[in-house]
Amino acid sequence: MKPSDAFSDRATVEALVSRAREQASRLDRPVTFMEVCGTHTHAIAAAGLRRLLPQKVRLISGPGCPVCVTPVDYLDRAEALAALPDVIVCTFGDLVRVPSSCGSLEQARARGCDVRIVYSPRDALAIAREHPSKRIVFLAVGFETTLPTVAAALAEAESEGIATFQILPGGKLIEPPLRALVTDGDVQIDGFLLPGHVSVIIGSNAYTFLAEEFRVPGAVVGFTPADILLGVSELVQQVLERAPRVANLYTRVVRPEGNRHAQELIARFFEPVDTRWRGLGEIPGSGLGVRATWAHRDASTIEVAVPEPREPGGCRCGEVLKGVIEPPQCPLFDRGCTPDAPLGACMVSSEGTCAAWYRHERFGAGAAA
Amino acid sequence: MCLAIPMQLIERSEWDGTAELRGVQRQVSLMLCPEAQVGEYVLVHAGYAITTVDVEEARKTLELLDEIVREDIPE
Repeated sequence: MKPSDAFSDRATVEALVSRAREQASRLDRPVTFMEVCGTHTHAIAAAGLRRLLPQKVRLISGPGCPVCVTPVDYLDRAEALAALPDVIVCTFGDLVRVPSSCGSLEQARARGCDVRIVYSPRDALAIAREHPSKRIVFLAVGFETTLPTVAAALAEAESEGIATFQILPGGKLIEPPLRALVTDGDVQIDGFLLPGHVSVIIGSNAYTFLAEEFRVPGAVVGFTPADILLGVSELVQQVLERAPRVANLYTRVVRPEGNRHAQELIARFFEPVDTRWRGLGEIPGSGLGVRATWAHRDASTIEVAVPEPREPGGCRCGEVLKGVIEPPQCPLFDRGCTPDAPLGACMVSSEGTCAAWYRHERFGAGAAA
Repeated sequence: MCLAIPMQLIERSEWDGTAELRGVQRQVSLMLCPEAQVGEYVLVHAGYAITTVDVEEARKTLELLDEIVREDIPE
């Protein structure tokens, strides 16, 4: 067996499930754990883990899909920029289908705007090299995993003197929403499955505040079924022992101090700013804006007319993102809002909670309780 | 969006490298992971290597999983 298979191996998964069941039988109350990373949400749904877990353990999804938490006015601004004749908007694919106030980037492209899907900020830079007479605006959404790649592209643009490369800042930090969630009171969270690849950058030490300030357990985990089940087991154990801590179960790539090169690049180009999250509202210091030194790289300084933000009526993405409701409780879920024709952001990205439920858990939702 | 996959670095020059997974090769930037050596595994996200994969730590996790499987087999 290849090592990579061992993490998804049936016998391993069964053993981990039975261990979690044994541990959970010793709990004196049901517990709720939140996974905050969209890639975890997708992995949990695709592997059907929710149905394998002990009855006393409930997994809910948090605001960790960057596409889902991007507010509608960001998309409106991106569309307005795309409508400018000399602008090429470059973006990760998921963002083009998210409904904006008057359509979507996909629809803007159908109208003739130059909107290009790229895999990497480097690809956007390559487009800037090919089209020196155009202004290239890269839609820089993402968490700490993605933001260093944007910073690296900015550094490259600076060193090569590519003046036409700009970004529309939409980056988000993970710590402020975690703080907002544990102090929110709308939902009781007994532990967090912490995002593996954000942690590669910020390091496992970045979460010690959860245990120290709030006495909330945490586990940094990878993305295979075995990784996630190990994390659940660890969280149950911390609850049983009443000993909250941050366990790093993804040591093969996550170091306690994180990736210093990446942290330095982020700090060189960005600074924390107050920003709005779809569903969570404005959270102080939770976004990354471009530092004033690099204002020439900041496409949010370009003046464009942006419409009054409008969200689809009845969409409960906000409550889904906080784990207050599960997707089937939204009146639009599978009734007008589907991955093929999404109304809300959570249905667009494959990492969105609604999309993950629609694809993998729609028919077994009752059994998951 | 935070999806990242481990690939083996098979070539590098300055900040650019070639990484391979199951025969598929890809150009990656090593700007965020300058210490990566040819032959090592790197975690690739959006065209950038974001860290090296610690093979020894991966082995420890696999051993832990093995142990759990053995414990679970009824005697």
